[in-house]
Amino acid sequence: MADETLFQLLHTEVVAAAYGGGRGSGDEGQRTGLTVLEGMGFRVGQGLAERLPRGALVFREELDTIKFLCRDLWGAVFRKQTDNLRTNHQGTYILQDDNFPFLTQMAWGQQYLEEAPKFLAFTCGLLRGTLSALGIESSVTASVASLPVCKFQVVIQKA
Amino acid sequence: MSRPGNRRPECHKINRDLFVLTYGALVAQLCKDYEKDEDVNNYLDKMGYGIGIRLVEDFLARSCVKKCHSYSEIADLIAQVAFKMYLGITPSVTRNESSRNEFSLILDKNPLVEFVEELPAGRSSLCYCNLLCGVIRGALEMIHLTADVTFLQDRLKGDKVTEIGITFLKKLEEKKCRRKK
Repeated sequence: MADETLFQLLHTEVVAAAYGGGRGSGDEGQRTGLTVLEGMGFRVGQGLAERLPRGALVFREELDTIKFLCRDLWGAVFRKQTDNLRTNHQGTYILQDDNFPFLTQMAWGQQYLEEAPKFLAFTCGLLRGTLSALGIESSVTASVASLPVCKFQVVIQKA
Repeated sequence: MSRPGNRRPECHKINRDLFVLTYGALVAQLCKDYEKDEDVNNYLDKMGYGIGIRLVEDFLARSCVKKCHSYSEIADLIAQVAFKMYLGITPSVTRNESSRNEFSLILDKNPLVEFVEELPAGRSSLCYCNLLCGVIRGALEMIHLTADVTFLQDRLKGDKVTEIGITFLKKLEEKKCRRKK
């Protein structure tokens, strides 16, 4: 099934929809749009994790859960794995993708840097939602210095 | 970069569910943004159109289909190749006997509604899968065919089957004489 193309096209339309619906433009509209996208990603991430067989989700350590995101979740959603994973071993993880599929079609380098966050918000929510369903509360933010390289920072919230 | 060999079963499941869940979240968001069902339906159709005009290139690149010589061939192509390729289902095609331009795709299984039991309260006119109509319409337009594509029956609304009606609006013979606007 050629699902990745269809999903990428749907994602582009979803980003456009998040900024419609009378939410308005300007900084306020931008923030609301990002919140909407992150919220949608969160619900989808939860739904995905809830539907996986229990056996697939047994992780000995927190790091194994993050590796699941980097390998299996990324592999299923983006047909590739993340390119780099760093951690401070104190609950902060940085997942780096050097060729993030939602950005590769846009530009290379600094062009459209301002627009890039719109295309990362859904994925941030997806990661946060998946972790939430696995019992891990977190906050996930993304940053882009130069398209299409991006970094997702996952900070695990300690109880 | 070579494709990974055997993907683990979890990957297949995640991938299949991802589109369906994202679509569901999208419809839920649109229902929040627009009060009237008609507005949601129109927006879904518009989004589908935006997807269709791009998806057709991907489809043509992957499928290497030969040129079609009749509307019937096109309808079969949509059902047996395109739907199979992108949604993993093969709707059956029926044709309106009295008209050469009207066809129906009967969806026995519809993966988009896998997690939907019924329409939300107060949303009885919602065409949940209206995105599909826009996709078909947009894709056809990119190959210079205009068509009306609508849902004729919908299981979510209580009908026995889900049926998408495609009515081709311009005759294929006229295509050669069509002037550029």
